[in-house]
Amino acid sequence: MDMTTRKGAEVIIESLLKERVDAVFGYPGGSVLDIFDLLYESPVNFYLVRHEQAAAHAADGYARSTGKVGVCLATSGPGATNLVTGIATANMDSVPMVALCGQVPTNMIGNDAFQEADITGITRPVCKHNYLVKDVNELPVILKEAFYIASSGRPGPVLVDIPKDVQRTATSVPYPESVKIRGYEPTYDGHIKQIEKVAHEIKKAKRPLIYAGGGVIISSAAEELLKLVNKTNIPVTTTLLGLGCFPETHPLALKMLGMHGTKYANYAVMETDLLISIGARFDDRVTGKIAEFAPNAKIIHIDIDPTAISKSVTVHIPVVGDAKNVLKKLNEIIEPGDTKEWCETIQKWKTEYPLSYEDKEDIIKPQYVVEKIYEVTKGEAIITTEVGQNQMWAAQFYKYSIPRQFLSSGGLGTMGYGFPAAIGAQVANPDKVVFDVAGDGSFQMNIQELATAVTYQLPVNVAILNNNFLGMVRQWQELFYSRRYSSTCLAKNKTCPVSCGEPGAACPVMIPDFVKVAEGYSAVGMRITKRSDVVPALKEAIKIKRPVVMDFVVDKEENVFPMVPAGASLKQMISGIS
Amino acid sequence: MVKHTLSVLVENKFGVLARVAGLFSGRGFNIDSLTVGETQDSSISRMTIVVHGDDAVLEQVTKQLNKLIDVIKVQDFQDKCYVGTELALIKVYASSKNRSEILQIVDIFDGKIMDVTEKSAIIEITGISDKIDSFINLLRPFGIKEMARTGKVAIAKG
Repeated sequence: MDMTTRKGAEVIIESLLKERVDAVFGYPGGSVLDIFDLLYESPVNFYLVRHEQAAAHAADGYARSTGKVGVCLATSGPGATNLVTGIATANMDSVPMVALCGQVPTNMIGNDAFQEADITGITRPVCKHNYLVKDVNELPVILKEAFYIASSGRPGPVLVDIPKDVQRTATSVPYPESVKIRGYEPTYDGHIKQIEKVAHEIKKAKRPLIYAGGGVIISSAAEELLKLVNKTNIPVTTTLLGLGCFPETHPLALKMLGMHGTKYANYAVMETDLLISIGARFDDRVTGKIAEFAPNAKIIHIDIDPTAISKSVTVHIPVVGDAKNVLKKLNEIIEPGDTKEWCETIQKWKTEYPLSYEDKEDIIKPQYVVEKIYEVTKGEAIITTEVGQNQMWAAQFYKYSIPRQFLSSGGLGTMGYGFPAAIGAQVANPDKVVFDVAGDGSFQMNIQELATAVTYQLPVNVAILNNNFLGMVRQWQELFYSRRYSSTCLAKNKTCPVSCGEPGAACPVMIPDFVKVAEGYSAVGMRITKRSDVVPALKEAIKIKRPVVMDFVVDKEENVFPMVPAGASLKQMISGIS
Repeated sequence: MVKHTLSVLVENKFGVLARVAGLFSGRGFNIDSLTVGETQDSSISRMTIVVHGDDAVLEQVTKQLNKLIDVIKVQDFQDKCYVGTELALIKVYASSKNRSEILQIVDIFDGKIMDVTEKSAIIEITGISDKIDSFINLLRPFGIKEMARTGKVAIAKG
């Protein structure tokens, strides 16, 4: 065997090193034994999770918090299918990821072999691209392509399915320095004529509004966005995934729009005469009823993905390109219009309709916990969320100003995302404080990862806003299903009446006891039941630099407001407090 | 809703047909017909896809196809700018009594008899879909036993 000849499994390690992957999250199994044998003494840092879904989410958290490609690795069959939710999550939110999985030997594919699943078939609709490697000589190019596709254009997950015999067969094909794919050439530079049109409209507009999404963060365009705003005085609202792309402390920041957006952001959408969408995709949770979305506005859409343009909302001026490149060009030619009156109106709305909640002395409000996390971490923490009320409160009551500091499953809405994502983010950012704002429901979907956090000494903080409920679904049941709390009360047991819409003091204790669970995993567990203990507990958690589970016992029936009912117009906002 | 003929050049690799078919089913687009075969370059296949939908749907179909990594080029053929044709094999009941009548129709439509038995005949016909439809309608009264249509293949003029 000459120097350049090596087995497929060695090509995989070579690829990880050449692509500067410093962390891989995964789980071993029969068809990836050769890869794990090489990982045993390799410079690649491997993190053993306790469930493959968590490997994908951890790779996702690693990727979102750094912009680098996240890598996960699983065995064939159930190992690979367990990755699927994480892959779909990354796909919806444009997260660069390479998912590697083992497959049964090529001569057994299709035979219903032990631990065989057609994972390329299964993941085809939920990833950016995927490969089944049938010949080891194709492996070097395929791996290079996988990293290239995952990280370029609109990023996304790429799965590479590698049969066991391919891992064990030798090849002398070198790992390429670069690849060119004839069917794949993302457009990075926006058309200058289109950008000129944008500048022209901005100059003319009286009530312009920027609607910025995750694309601004992905393309590192936050600085250019700020420059644009400071030049033109256009207010900015962001999507959930856009949080952090524009400092929420800025006077022109309107925070999030849409279903649980601020009133002032949604009013601005209703009144704007020029909506400038940058790296956002007019998701239904943002637009509400399409026909009544931004009814008075001309719509500009800057996006790297042509399919995002005019998919749900008809766009007047499309600009296909990378947000940073386009904004840079735009900033060179932009002349400000007159937005003074508009900014005054917006300022008035901001003062009149702030985000708020009714704080109480004798009970912990979940929003209060998030506000205090913001204060204690000085706005500098990486915040991940689970999905539901916890996610919306984390979005509303922490003030984000740093790109890549807020990680949340926006598109797919995957419960169980936040904790493994926090683990991935902590691996990538060892010096940062990481908080998973969790719900008592979601946290249990990947609670087993406490073992991962503890064994690798990752000081992730989990702040459970524990209301004994699957809170967001309960909220919908309260508002739209006559308080029929069907299967949303996590404290309910066999002794409870069938019909119960009124949680009270006589209710059973919720299972599990999170403090005991944390201690069972050798993590730190804390239960916080008094408002005055919230801040000391948070300070203590950060200080001890170990994985901490904080069980905040919060108001059981607190709701997320404002709220636009699904499919309703943004002007139909429900507010809980008068 | 207008019918469109899309000509899609794709990598000649396994799984590409599944990607394209999956795209249509997953996004709720309707395929009227789909043909696929190698081009003069054996690494590239041409798919000819006939779809119907309004302009917005067609715009999405075209963009989504382009987004697939294995799709190299998508053309939406406009009327008169392309040549398109389809082939059909039709097995029709044909006895000694009506065989000559059938032959006459085949002749008018420029069809070809591929096989004749005592009870039936297999006819090959090519042309635009409308022509094949009318041919089939004329044969229906005799009784069609079996039929296979290829769907349209198309190529740009000039």
